[in-house]
Amino acid sequence: MNITLHVWRQKDAKSKGRFVKYEANDIIPDMSFLEMLDVINERLTLEGEDPIAFDHDCREGICGTCGLVINGRAHGPRARTTACQLHMRSFKGGDVIWIEPWRAKAFPVVKDLIVDRSAFDRIIAAGGFISAPAGSAPDGNAIPIPKENADLAMDAAACIGCGACVAACRNASAMLFTASKVAQFGLLPQGQPERDVRVKRMVAQMDLEGFGNCTNHRDCQAVCPKSVSVDNIARLNRDFIRSTLVADRRAAVGVGSAG
Amino acid sequence: MELNAKIPSGPIEGKWEKHIFEMKLINPTNKRKYSIIVVGSGLAGAGGAASMAELGYNIKCFCYQDSPRRAHSVGAQGGINAAKNYRNDGDSVFRLFYDTVKGGDYRSREANVYRLAELSVNIIDQCVAQGVPFAREYGGLLDNRSFGGALVSRTFYARGQTGQQLLLGAYQALERQIGLGKVKMYPRHDMLDLIVIDGRARGIVARDMVSGELEIHLADAVVLATGGYGNVFFLSTYAKGANGTAIWRAYKQGAAFADPCFTQIHPTCIPVTHEHQSKLPLMSESLRNDGRIWVPKKKGDKRPPNEIPEEERDYYLERMYPSFGNLAPRDISSRAAKRVCDEGRGVGKTGLGVYLDFRDAIERLGPDVINDRYGNLFEIYERIEDEDPYKVPMRIFPATHYTMGGLWVDYNLMSTLPGCFVIGEANFSDHGANRLGASALMQGLADGYFVIPYTIGDYLGSTKFEKVSEDHPEAQAAKAAVEDRIKRLLSINGKRTIMSFHRELGRIMWEHCGMSRNRPQLEEALQKIPALREEFWENVRVPGAKEELNQSLEYANRVADFLEIGELMNLDALEREESCGAHFREEYQTEDGEALRDDENYAHVAAWEYAGEGKKPIRNVEPLTFEYVPLARRSYK
Repeated sequence: MNITLHVWRQKDAKSKGRFVKYEANDIIPDMSFLEMLDVINERLTLEGEDPIAFDHDCREGICGTCGLVINGRAHGPRARTTACQLHMRSFKGGDVIWIEPWRAKAFPVVKDLIVDRSAFDRIIAAGGFISAPAGSAPDGNAIPIPKENADLAMDAAACIGCGACVAACRNASAMLFTASKVAQFGLLPQGQPERDVRVKRMVAQMDLEGFGNCTNHRDCQAVCPKSVSVDNIARLNRDFIRSTLVADRRAAVGVGSAG
Repeated sequence: MELNAKIPSGPIEGKWEKHIFEMKLINPTNKRKYSIIVVGSGLAGAGGAASMAELGYNIKCFCYQDSPRRAHSVGAQGGINAAKNYRNDGDSVFRLFYDTVKGGDYRSREANVYRLAELSVNIIDQCVAQGVPFAREYGGLLDNRSFGGALVSRTFYARGQTGQQLLLGAYQALERQIGLGKVKMYPRHDMLDLIVIDGRARGIVARDMVSGELEIHLADAVVLATGGYGNVFFLSTYAKGANGTAIWRAYKQGAAFADPCFTQIHPTCIPVTHEHQSKLPLMSESLRNDGRIWVPKKKGDKRPPNEIPEEERDYYLERMYPSFGNLAPRDISSRAAKRVCDEGRGVGKTGLGVYLDFRDAIERLGPDVINDRYGNLFEIYERIEDEDPYKVPMRIFPATHYTMGGLWVDYNLMSTLPGCFVIGEANFSDHGANRLGASALMQGLADGYFVIPYTIGDYLGSTKFEKVSEDHPEAQAAKAAVEDRIKRLLSINGKRTIMSFHRELGRIMWEHCGMSRNRPQLEEALQKIPALREEFWENVRVPGAKEELNQSLEYANRVADFLEIGELMNLDALEREESCGAHFREEYQTEDGEALRDDENYAHVAAWEYAGEGKKPIRNVEPLTFEYVPLARRSYK
């Protein structure tokens, strides 16, 4: 089948970008969306043009590297599907497809369809962990965890950090991403000692990075390739409020900054 | 070249503990005076960087991805082994050790494997403490499943995303250290050479993949945790960016490359469907717990699978290996699949596929249980193949998945180049000629969390380091060499794309050095690959400039190295005149078509030493002795 593409091209972070039109001919329905872009890039290379830069790595929907807004929707038309798992059979001959990078102040464009998502790493570094240095752990079965909790924690932990939630949100909020980590640890006994300080620090970092606030439109959940639920945002909000109400335990017991 | 494995003396159960006691310790306050470079941020790299930072060392960690959380450990699905014996089914450290040595077809080093089995227990504890949401039973305790090559249930898992969850655990530990200032992270950086000063690894040349700038980074030791080189086959289950460049540059600087031909071809992957295919997604081995593998008994039977009656199906693994059945190890299952397809009984459009059928399991357990166990895997399959595996059996075929070979390391995980340590898939040590399922995650984390933090201290504590700076002639020379190569790649301006070379190399590797090999084929590949490499350097087109984000340039650099690695793999396969594990030489097989080892002549590691451009590398040998798992013919019948 033959398809027309309008692809966002932008030389680097400082340059102005624009859409460029490409014809994608003889596309096989079994191809993945990224394989279709590979074919275009092979052609551009031979024609002496600069190939389209796009992020990708595992091509099986788990690493979270790829991220394209396809016809206005993060990761394209199929629910619960990353761009790399999207196949051309989801389109038909004659279709016109618009491809853009994630658009958010906190995710500046690096080149073409590639953005800088390092803000996510900094949110994790601020508190998205359980402090458990190697060698210090008790037996794995020492603390039983109800299956329901473990399952809910796993649902939250399924986040692949792709950033679709931010791209889809009208406020470019990173609430779903942040909440998925806060909720995962909040649901587990191991996560309790740092529960208050974790949510405070992660939310503070999220604000510092320039992500917007959540106004409950749930676009994030709709585009999340791993179906991470907005229930986790409710969990984050509850934890956040709680953390502001309870006295800072660290201050109470005389512990300084984390370390 | 001398290969001293430095295996501690004494009984195998006490070697590691004794070694820990004997290794030099560094005063906690002195640890901060040392700096270590870690390249790669998968289970081994992130785990190692975090653990060494926790001890107080200053770490610089590099990865080519935009975030360390994306390293391809993330793709591992099924699980991680640990000898916990929570099932009360007879597991023990010794049994895991035994299974792994046997599974590797007696081509691994006993002492290393024993240590791995011993540490497996601590890994699970560590991951649970980090908040990894492993599957649990209703009583709240950890659940297990079975994996190939074992008769006990010792695999821990987090749905079909075990690798992701373990990696996130390691990544979060790493981010914590980044936040504390003990690790400086360099994402989107490609290591392009190793800097060796006075015979010791002292740094790397890395390219900032956004600005294109070449940087020199110096340290007291370099740890390579860059994964395997299986993308030499072009089509594989690896991430697209996975490459052999870091270990290949270390090889050229003096680190020996061990058993490069030992490549794991995973039996359950999604088959090739079209010519532009870029990737063969994995379908976890855990599916073989409940799925049954079969092909039609009749050649060329084109009926839809559900119309083929029971008596006309050949459940060939159950037939050939009654005691292990569908859980036969990977090398054996892959070869069996190839054999039935070669007989003309393969399924799907291309005839290169077999069925993995859940009909019986769904009948026995109900769709909900199956969904709970494999839901996300079924969904991946459905996305790609557009068929519902609850109703139609999956079609699967073997694909390149892992490299057991890698840089040679001693018991301390140091290569033959002092100061250059190699951990995780990038080294060779623990899996021999075939890796068992759920053992890669175990090895990556064992190396990262529990081995390298100890052994690196011994090296640092017993070595005197001269202060070096970026102006050092060796550092400058390494940088200049990288710069020259980049300029050369960009100036060829030929008529073929990089991918077309990579595809062609992959085809040669798959046909000549894949699931089965023979002398004439290997010799032919040794003609074809150098010719292809020559053409690459004359006719490849690498667009763009060097001082910008240039994905073509990154790719060209990697493919240029694959074109050399592939040749060494064929050479190694040619000179190992026996069949063992995944290395199946057609000339050496039993009457029933199983691998025929030659322990008298080949019970050793082949460690290849670089001899200079255009010269045949030197094959050094580390003999392997089997004191605790006596050499025997591997049987799963």
